[in-house]
Amino acid sequence: MLSAFAVLIDGLVYAAYLFIVAIGLTLIFGVMKILNVAHGSFYTFGAYGAASAVGIYFNRGLPEAGGYLLMVLFAMGLGLVLGLILERGIMRWVYGRDEVVMVLVTYAAFLILEDVVILVWGPGSYAAYQPLLAAGNIEIGELVLSNYDLGLIAIATVLAAACYWGLKFTRYGRLLTAVIFDRETAAAFGINVKVVFAVTFAIGAMLGALGGAIMAPKIAVTLGIGVEVIVLAFAVVAIGGMGSIEGALAGALIVGICRAATVHLIPQVELFVIYAVMALVLTIRPYGLFVRAKPRKI
Amino acid sequence: MLFAVRTPGHAFLWFVLFSLLDVAPIQAQNVAPPGATVKLGIVSFLTGPAAAPFGIPGRNGAEIMIETMNAGKVPTPFNKVGFGGSTIDAKYIDETGSTANVVTEFRNLVQRDQVDAVVGYVSSGSCLAVTPVAEELKALTVFYDCGTPRIFEEKPRAYVFRVSPHATMDNVAAARYLLAKKSDITSYSGLNQNYAWGQDSWRDFAAAMEVLAPKMAVDKVLFPKLFAGEYGAEISTLLTSKSQVLHTSFYDGDLEAFIYQEQARALDKRMTILSTTGETAIWRLRDKMPNGTIIGARGTNGPLAPDSELNRWFQKIYSDRYGIPPTYPAYQMAMSLLGLKLAYEKAKTGEAKPTTDEVAAAFKGIEFEGPSGSVKLAIGDGHQGISQTAYGTYRFNKEKNEPEIVDVVRFPAECVNPPAGLKADDWIKDGMKGAKC
Repeated sequence: MLSAFAVLIDGLVYAAYLFIVAIGLTLIFGVMKILNVAHGSFYTFGAYGAASAVGIYFNRGLPEAGGYLLMVLFAMGLGLVLGLILERGIMRWVYGRDEVVMVLVTYAAFLILEDVVILVWGPGSYAAYQPLLAAGNIEIGELVLSNYDLGLIAIATVLAAACYWGLKFTRYGRLLTAVIFDRETAAAFGINVKVVFAVTFAIGAMLGALGGAIMAPKIAVTLGIGVEVIVLAFAVVAIGGMGSIEGALAGALIVGICRAATVHLIPQVELFVIYAVMALVLTIRPYGLFVRAKPRKI
Repeated sequence: MLFAVRTPGHAFLWFVLFSLLDVAPIQAQNVAPPGATVKLGIVSFLTGPAAAPFGIPGRNGAEIMIETMNAGKVPTPFNKVGFGGSTIDAKYIDETGSTANVVTEFRNLVQRDQVDAVVGYVSSGSCLAVTPVAEELKALTVFYDCGTPRIFEEKPRAYVFRVSPHATMDNVAAARYLLAKKSDITSYSGLNQNYAWGQDSWRDFAAAMEVLAPKMAVDKVLFPKLFAGEYGAEISTLLTSKSQVLHTSFYDGDLEAFIYQEQARALDKRMTILSTTGETAIWRLRDKMPNGTIIGARGTNGPLAPDSELNRWFQKIYSDRYGIPPTYPAYQMAMSLLGLKLAYEKAKTGEAKPTTDEVAAAFKGIEFEGPSGSVKLAIGDGHQGISQTAYGTYRFNKEKNEPEIVDVVRFPAECVNPPAGLKADDWIKDGMKGAKC
């Protein structure tokens, strides 16, 4: 019973982390059809930005609650600036090109941004543990749960609800849905697709940076963290279906629960389980759980 | 027609062939003009998760040692300038990347840059990949930090050396310390990275515990992915276990991430953490490293190093330059360079630079005293070092506002290292016969 509860909680915490990281990636793909490898850089910049903000804030002995807010806002601000620079400076010149070309362009941007991180923050690692430890913990039976982790589940839930509401009930959401459905038709109806692209890319970048910010207190913030994340995010998005928000949520939950269950029950296969699940899903539904196969235009 | 355009012409093929033929004799002879500088390739993690706790201290150790060697300012008997009067010219390479990339960079150092020796590598994966290439190229290579015992167990090596003892010593000593200090424990668990280093470390620790305390039960055996970053499920698994001790060989950012996450969930209040590489993190984690953690330094390094003139000198020059005391990767790099220096000077008989084969022959079985104490290349056919080691218990001294390791127990080299000619795994499983404790 305790194990089942532990698997559920661990799975939800991991799923929350995966969903926050993957949602920006799937949003950009859904609207712009860009498999954005530079999403790992948004995560990295978010983590470094948050670590810097935490370092400055907590060293001054200011109230803890403000630290959480500053960490998130600073990282998302960094994501916004970075996203706009990347979209306006690089991506807009390759719109309409082959999807493979765009993947290569984002990969090049990712490599450049890794070096930018060294230029700005140096090769060392940063610690930002204060928000994690300040949040405290709660004891349920033999299990001690971190309040920070429970907060992650709450953030992911709010984010999922906000995305649903934003897409279904706001003007911009409807415009976005129209562009996702058919870019050319949306443009023919007067939607400024270029603006939608720029805004979407910036939102995706902010969400990637948010993922980095919320993970910064739990990890040693160092170079290479974006590589690990982007691989996991791709797996989640592939399971749920590229470009599907519901798919990202379902993919994150499936991966989170499966990983937690294997760590508790069969730890030997932990390394393998995420990709086994992905392979199984793609065998049955090659476009992911929430995306239907489309007829190809010839 | 398409093929005709893309196929290189005969002239190009002949050029490539002749280029290769031209390189081969230079590699085989490996003779440099007299009085030339000694070129060293120094490879360590300069970026990435292992850079701050491992790669950078190792690189800094190399930088400061090479500077002082070139100035002839290392205390006796290492006070000759550079290597036998020839100044050292070092090229620093980042170990970060795939093993294929590590091997490519190694080939570049040897074939393109024509270095006299390569000193480096933190990751056991890198060492396992580089070893056959070093042998193929007949390139003198000194591994400074990687710990897998397999390097010299798989087959004899001619050009590869490792002054630093391997992981078997760390884990046998860890088991001995644990049982000496906590004889009442009944079960333990393991959390190690899922690759050569983590697997070998756990194998040796579990096997040593099986020999020394056969009634003690192994509870959870966890091997998360290297650089996984998130350990929530692992911590829950351990919290719901009955273990009183957790063995971990985690290092780099993984160790720091795990410590932050377990502190948030009070795992260290339930069980003692035994960290075989913990010394690398104490100056960074400070009061965040749990008091009572059993700490290893992969030999008598850092705070566990002997109080000798060489150690005081090394601590001072390193701390003065980098503003932080040297941790064990810095010591291991210093010891590796001192070993290579001694071998080079032993091999050098006249004015000319000794050949790679002459240095390798002189290196074999070498014994010397460095900042970490005494080391002898006694196993692996004279290519693998053994030394005494020590373990202690961590405590953050609030009055002095600095970390300290107390309750230190030292283990002689012959107590915790396998004898020559025996595989570490077989030696432990056979009851560690011949161990002189």
